Amino acid sequence: MTKFIIRRLLSLIPTMFVIVTLSFFLIRFAPGGPFSAEKKVPAQVLQNLMKKYHMDESLGRQYLRYFGEILRGDLGPSFRYKDMTVNALIKQSMPNSMLLGTLSLALAVALGIAVGIVSALKQNKWQDYTAMSLAVVGISVPLFVIGPLLQLVFAMQLKWLPTSGWITDRAGLKTLIMPVITLSFPYFAYIARMSRASILEVLRSDYVRTARAKGLKESTVIGKHVLKGALLPIVSYLGPAFSGIITGSIVVETIFLVPGVGKIFVQSALNRDYTLIMGEVIVYSLILIVMNFVVDIVYGFLDPRIAYK
Amino acid sequence: MTEEVILRVKDLRTYFKTDEGTVKAVDGVSFDLHKGETLGIVGESGSGKSVTNLSIINMIPSPPGKIVGGEVLFMDADLLAMPANKIREIRGNKISMIFQDPMTSLNPFLRISTQMTETIILHQGLGKDEAKAKAIEMLKLAGIPAPEKRIDQYPHQFSGGMRQRVMIAMSLSCNPEILIADEPTSALDVTIQAQILDLMKDLTARLGTAVILITHSLGVVAGMCDTLCVMYAGRVVERGATDAVFADPKHPYTQGLIKSVPRLDVASGNRLSSIRGQPPNVIDLPDCCPFYPRCDKAMDICKRKYPAVSRFDDGRSVACWLYSEEKLP
Repeated sequence: MTKFIIRRLLSLIPTMFVIVTLSFFLIRFAPGGPFSAEKKVPAQVLQNLMKKYHMDESLGRQYLRYFGEILRGDLGPSFRYKDMTVNALIKQSMPNSMLLGTLSLALAVALGIAVGIVSALKQNKWQDYTAMSLAVVGISVPLFVIGPLLQLVFAMQLKWLPTSGWITDRAGLKTLIMPVITLSFPYFAYIARMSRASILEVLRSDYVRTARAKGLKESTVIGKHVLKGALLPIVSYLGPAFSGIITGSIVVETIFLVPGVGKIFVQSALNRDYTLIMGEVIVYSLILIVMNFVVDIVYGFLDPRIAYK
Repeated sequence: MTEEVILRVKDLRTYFKTDEGTVKAVDGVSFDLHKGETLGIVGESGSGKSVTNLSIINMIPSPPGKIVGGEVLFMDADLLAMPANKIREIRGNKISMIFQDPMTSLNPFLRISTQMTETIILHQGLGKDEAKAKAIEMLKLAGIPAPEKRIDQYPHQFSGGMRQRVMIAMSLSCNPEILIADEPTSALDVTIQAQILDLMKDLTARLGTAVILITHSLGVVAGMCDTLCVMYAGRVVERGATDAVFADPKHPYTQGLIKSVPRLDVASGNRLSSIRGQPPNVIDLPDCCPFYPRCDKAMDICKRKYPAVSRFDDGRSVACWLYSEEKLP
């Protein structure tokens, strides 16, 4: 097991190397650049800027220089946000996105699995139809519809919650409620559908029939024999879901004015803010890889048939 | 084998509602099982063997299935009329089951010890350690080497034959009155089949357990069973002592089945005999003998009415117009 963990950690290095290299060149080959604004910049100013950010050097040199910097843990200065380093920008926004994402995913997992269990056990009854209709809404209705709808009802009309803002505002933790619900909705819907399907499959399996033939109570059959096998697919979904929910919350962050990483991510791409894009890509891939790694380890504990050597 | 009847199945009917119509998977099955008896149920795929046995312990998946009629009397109590918590006390305890595929019948996520002791703790009220000791003893009886070590392993660490041994040990661990074995050897290779059958025969004889053995194989029935039920399209067409049925099969279907077994004592080179045609589609079957399209001795009446059961002196019963006393209209 330890050997497996070490080997997996070592394999992070080539993966990250490929990701960094590919995205470095891809973003530079995209037309435009950080200084191609609508307003023409005087040639001399542009030249100074290029020199300052080492953009006048050859691409190969720039790449080597950048690589050296990230090895030292320095993601460089932002091209657009003057006087801000990429490290500082990410450090500022990442915790907010992490908090929002973790809460949303936790809510989505808890509710999704609970609803999945109920609809599987009440298959083709009204509980199942209600839950699955809700899930279809969650999957098909985009976040930018759900978010404003919640704002309209709970903030504008009922005046229970603040329209937008973040926990540092005066409204405090209340500001979290609507963004968390909005962000968790599609994930909840997906997890509910997935756990329902997977529980139904396990319920029909031979070993559940054996468990029933042993005279076990239905609650024991479900709790002890069905859930463990049925929830494995959800565990493997959680890896990509976690990284997705952290960086993919741009819509929610914009609607509820959350100072998160999603907004910076999109703006950096539009601005061709090379170092910031790279920084975000690196952080995102690290989260994705680490989460998948964690999922693999957890899988090994849950499924005895998997042995890591 | 004694004369005491421990299980009496009377006119059992289990139907499945499908979009195409009602499937009468089991349609009026009756038989008795005596204490310590081994009863074989044979028939083609889809003849209702497995559904009969799932119906006995009321485990038909519902919907779509439904037991629409009949009685299953176990020690004079009707299992079909029992509330769920009462029948759970019988399942795995008084009546236990072994299924066809040992590769999928054990829970891959739980240790053998967990799966075995849960039954023993539930039905015998033993403590955890006592239950484990009992489980180890059962595994040893079932021929698992080093059971003290193996019991803490997971199913994937066992071969198919070993898993079926575990299933047998598990199903006999509460000393049941009846063991229902649903094609226990169909998924195993031939050499293992013989071992598993011998083990079942040996253990059930020692414990005095009655067995209902569901199988495709007439060879297995001949070697294992005291009595035999031949099923066709959801009904028992012939029932009697195994030796008598093999010596003198009455129903044309039984005759066909026995003729189609390859024999070592008859000169080879001849084409193996077979029953022509296909088993009938049991959806919305009209009132007729379902075997008549494949029967050499079919008569006009066979197409119009299902034959009543005729009984013979040796205890045999056959559902065929050839033996019917009823006046042909």
